[in-house]
Formats: sequence, structure tokens, C-alpha cells
Amino acid sequence: MNAFEDPLVYAILLVPMASAALLALLPDDRATGRLNALASFVTFLAASSLFFVRPEPGSFLIVDDVNVVFIVLNTFVAFTTSVFSASYIAHELETGRLTPAYLRFYHAMYQTLMFAMNLALLANNMGLMWVAIELATLTTVLMVGLYRTPAALEAAWKYFILGSVGIALALFGTILVYLSARAVVGEGLDAMAWNVLVKNAPAFDPHLLSLAFVFLLLGYGTKVGLVPLHAWLPDAHAEGPTPISAVLSGLLLNVALFAVLRFKMVMSANAATLAPGPLMVGMGLASVLFAAFMLHRQYDIKRMFAYSSIEHMGIITFAFGMGGPLANFAGLLHMTYHSLTKSAIFFSVGHIAQIKGTQRMASIRGLTVSHPVLGWGLVLGVMSIVGLPPMGIFMSEFLVITSSFARQPALAVALGVGLLIALGALLLRLNGLAFGDPEGGDAPSHASYVPMYAHLGLVLAAGVFLPPAMVAWFRYVAGLLG
Amino acid sequence: MSHLSLDVAHLFAGSLVLVSFMLLYQDRMFGLLNIFALHAFVVSLSVAWQAYIQFAPHLYITAAIALMVKAIIIPVALHNIIVRLGIHRTIDTVGSIGTTMLAGIMLVALSIMVMLPITAEAGTLTREDLAFSLSVILLGLLMMISRRNAVSQVIGFMSIENGLILAATAAKGMPLVVEISVAFSILVALIVIGIFLFRIRERFDTMDVHALQRFRGGHP
Repeated sequence: MNAFEDPLVYAILLVPMASAALLALLPDDRATGRLNALASFVTFLAASSLFFVRPEPGSFLIVDDVNVVFIVLNTFVAFTTSVFSASYIAHELETGRLTPAYLRFYHAMYQTLMFAMNLALLANNMGLMWVAIELATLTTVLMVGLYRTPAALEAAWKYFILGSVGIALALFGTILVYLSARAVVGEGLDAMAWNVLVKNAPAFDPHLLSLAFVFLLLGYGTKVGLVPLHAWLPDAHAEGPTPISAVLSGLLLNVALFAVLRFKMVMSANAATLAPGPLMVGMGLASVLFAAFMLHRQYDIKRMFAYSSIEHMGIITFAFGMGGPLANFAGLLHMTYHSLTKSAIFFSVGHIAQIKGTQRMASIRGLTVSHPVLGWGLVLGVMSIVGLPPMGIFMSEFLVITSSFARQPALAVALGVGLLIALGALLLRLNGLAFGDPEGGDAPSHASYVPMYAHLGLVLAAGVFLPPAMVAWFRYVAGLLG
Repeated sequence: MSHLSLDVAHLFAGSLVLVSFMLLYQDRMFGLLNIFALHAFVVSLSVAWQAYIQFAPHLYITAAIALMVKAIIIPVALHNIIVRLGIHRTIDTVGSIGTTMLAGIMLVALSIMVMLPITAEAGTLTREDLAFSLSVILLGLLMMISRRNAVSQVIGFMSIENGLILAATAAKGMPLVVEISVAFSILVALIVIGIFLFRIRERFDTMDVHALQRFRGGHP
């Protein structure tokens, strides 16, 4: 295989890495937030260029039709989150929850996380992808524990242990896939490269692949937050800084799911293996139902939306597990909309928690009266996440259910029930949060509402009118996923 | 490959499973640390032997890392942490030792029954090492769930990691093994630093992970 030569792809990796080093050294705490946003923007521009140039796959990096969607979404949300983060962090500094030294650490880790996620998406080598996902886990663990409260440390420790066991299992699966490929492709880097694996998969030993997939699904599934491997997720979301909750929900879960999808593509290419679909459908459905019931007993606003993320990752895994062009199409759409909507919700939740000085929902009331812009943003976000029309999520959830109705009516009904239970829980809570007489603290906040409304606007626009070019593109990628 | 080199590889991999069992029945903190150092020592011997019989010099690096980091630095660091933080010297177990050992035996039988039939074409060395490494991984998981304190959970995790290194070296010609072992060492180092920096004892007054549950959200 040839060396990989494309400066733009290197820019996607090098810009975050260089800015991580720079942000770790810069002492000025006012400029760093802006620099962080600037670096994320440059990375996003470099990623967007991948729509137009398509470099040849190299031994370590690859740009193909599947990962372009993920990487553009990843860098876009990373950019908007960095804009939100700048205003969020300014407030944390003023209230003294964070010191300038922690701030430098936070920004350096933010860019390192971007580097790790982009590397995981661009890797053409399953070992390299594993290392990248491990690095992403480590950086998020450090950021979840940033506030150093007992609860934050507990969340970080739990995430650390569960995440480490998860990636350990994933590594064993990776070794087994290499073994099955080695017999056909021969020793060396080729036996770990995605493009070679998918091409040669029909000749692989099906038993080894089947066993490997079980380990991979359990391993990377832990990172996706699928039930029953989800225990770390609500704590990590609730206790870390809110920009990290947004990045975790909107991006890192997708990256882990992307790893599962890559392996599923190898599995699907080999007819004799265990079918990966039913396993994914089962775990996805379990996640939806479990999270839907858990949503009813949440008291902390960030934990509640963390459970909502488990629910939505369940829907996406369900869709990809169903497979076929239509369900995959729905899964891709839902993944995109969920990333945009959930990060928008966390943007608003971050400012709400700062204004009210608490995350307890019982102490937050009447947001649309006291803070109309923020309150209505939350209302819009929750309307979108529960899947009410005309937002995009309505369309993608509708597609997931209709595409599975034709093949597995019972499962589709179960999924629909889960969605309705979740809708009930979220709307009930929203009623208390957004309406009625204002209650709770009223600290000033330098909120930047642009990222939140930009995301919600995109989801709304996509729900009303999805450009034919995008439909064609998603349909093409859905076909590739098998 | 000669019979002797196969036999030696087999001996090292088998000893690793045996040491995993020894980890399971330790009830003293320092004893556990010593046995873990032995575990890491055996894995580094095994990797070095694989490097020799596969003519793969880069694996010597992996062996050296295992020896330096996991057989020497980490046990010493954990020893100091236990002394300085005044952690309890005895280990709380969930079930009785006997039940845990029986479960361990069943896990080893399971991994042999799973791995041997499906790796029939992979060559003797690979299939035996894979069966052993899966046993080590499962025993490590068993240890993590049957122990209550954070230090022994960390040691359980590190023994899982040793099993993975064994599997990665047994998969002959696998690229990036050295990089993966470095990445793992960083992970482990951070976990150990985590124990110290997070000062779990100081903050929570106990290393019992169960006590951490009280900070769970969900209660008004």
C-alpha cells in the first residue's frame, strides 16, 4: 500500500494536536477560549474539503464514503461546542469553579479529544482506531473529573474502569479479526486495513469473525452506552463540564458506534458468520425501553438528558441492526439529528444550570418567563428530541419504525412504545422547567445562544426540507453499510 | 518450529493462567501486589520468548515495557500509595474464595471449549496461546467483580491487560503490538496516578467502591 498524501487530511489531525500543545502553554485565559474555537473552525473547514477531494487510501488513514459523513458532523459539532464552551467557561472562571490552571488543562484536553476522535474516524487500521478511541476515553475521563467534587471523581472513576474494560474486550476482538484476516491476506498492515478487510471478508474464517464480533460489540458497545453496559454514562454526563456532556453525547458515542459499524460491514460481507443484526437490534431495543422508563425517575437535569442519549443511541443501533438500505438511511439521519439536537439541548442546559446554580429540576421553574430566549430554546430542543413534527427527528424516527414494521412488526411496536414512554417523561419534566412562575436563582450569564439556535435551525430545516443531494448521499452511504 | 520452542511457549502461557488463579485467592494487599509482579514477570518472559521464536525483535520492546512498568514500577508505586494513604491491608471479597475458584475453573474450561475448535487452522502456538489468554482475561474480569476495593480492581484490570498482550503476541506478525502496549501502559499509569491524585481514601474515607454509590444522583 502506498503512503497517504493529502495535506488537508493531515490538517484535520495536526491542527487539533498543535493547538492542544499551544493551549496547554498559553497563560492568557481570555484568548484561549477564542483560540480553541478558531482551531476547531479550521479543522471543520479542512474536514469540509473532503466532500470535494478524495485521496487514495493509505496504510494508516483512509477517506471513504462512510467516514466522510461522520467526520464532517464531528468537526462541525466540535466547532459549535467550542463557541458555546468559550461563554460557558468564562462564567465558570468568574464564579471560581475553575482556576486558570485547570482552564489551560481543559482546553488542551478538548483539542486532544478532537484529535483522537478525528483519528478514530480517519483510521484505516483497526489497531490505530483502537488506540485513538482509547485516547479519547482517557481525555474524557480527565475532563469528567475536572471539578474534583466527590461526585465528579466517582463519575470519572466509574467511567474509567468501565471504559477500560470495554476497550480491553474490544482489543481482544480486534486481535481475533486480525487472525481471521491473516490466513487470507497474509501478515502485516494489510490484514488490519479496512478497505482490504471488507474486500477479502468473504474468504475469512466465519467462526473467528463471529466470536470477534461478540467481543467488539460488548467492548465498543460499552462506549456507545448500550444497556446493560451503560452504567458510566449518566454519571459522566451529569458531573463533567457541560460542553463535555455535549461532546460526549453528540460525538463520542457516535465514534464508538462508527467502530461497531465498521466491523459490521466486515461481518455482513461474509455470509457464513453469525448475523450481527439481531444482536444489535436486541441491545438497541433494550436501551430504548430501559432508558424510557428511567427517564421518569430523574431529578437531575443533565442525568435526564444523558438517559435520553442512551435511548437515542438505542434507536440508532436498532436501525443499523435492522439493516437494509431504508433502515440504514434512517439510522444515519437519526444519528445526525440526534448529535445536533442533543448538543443544542446541553448548550441550553449548561446556561440554565449556571443561571440557577443547580442541576436539580425541582428548583428550576418558569424558564420561558424569566429567560425567554433560553427557555424557548430548551422547549424547542425537547420538542425536537422527543420526535414531534416538524423537526427532523420526527422524520428519522418515523422512518426507523416504518422500515422495521415491514419486517419485524412486533419489534417495531415495542420500539414505538419505548418512544412514547420517553416522550411522556420528557414533556412532563419540560412543563415544570419551562412554564409556571419563575423559581430558582438568577445569576447573570454571558450566554451565547448562536450555537444552540444554529443546531435547532438545522434540524428544523432538515425536517421541513431535506435537499435531494443530501438524500442521495445518505442513501448511497446506507447502501454501503449493508 | 521445533518442539522445544513450542513447549516453552506453552509453559509460559500456562503459568500465566496459574498465576491468575493465585491472584484470585489473595486476601492481603501486599501479597496481591507481589503476585501481580510475578504475573507481569511471566508475561514479559512469554513475550520475550515469542520474540525469539518468531524472529520479531520489536516484541522485545513490549517485553521490556511489561517488565519495567508492570513488574517493577507499578507494584512499587501501589505499595507506596497503600502505605501513604493508609489503605486497609486486607481485601474484602464478594463471594467466598472457594466459589470464586470454582467459577474460575469453569471460565478456563469455557475459554478452552470456545477457542480450540474455532482456531483449528491457526497453528498450534496461536490456538493454545489464545485459549490461555482468553482464560487470563476472563479470570481478570472475575477478579474485578469479586473484589470490593479499588486497588484490587485495578490489579484485575492489569491482569486482563497482560492476557491481551499475550494474545497480541501470539497472533504472529500483528502490526502495532508495541504501540498498543505503550498505549496500555499509559492507561495503566493514569489509573494508578488516578488512585493517588483522586485520593479516593481521603475523599471518600474508604477504598471500598461500594461506598462511592452514595454519591449517585437520582435521589432528591
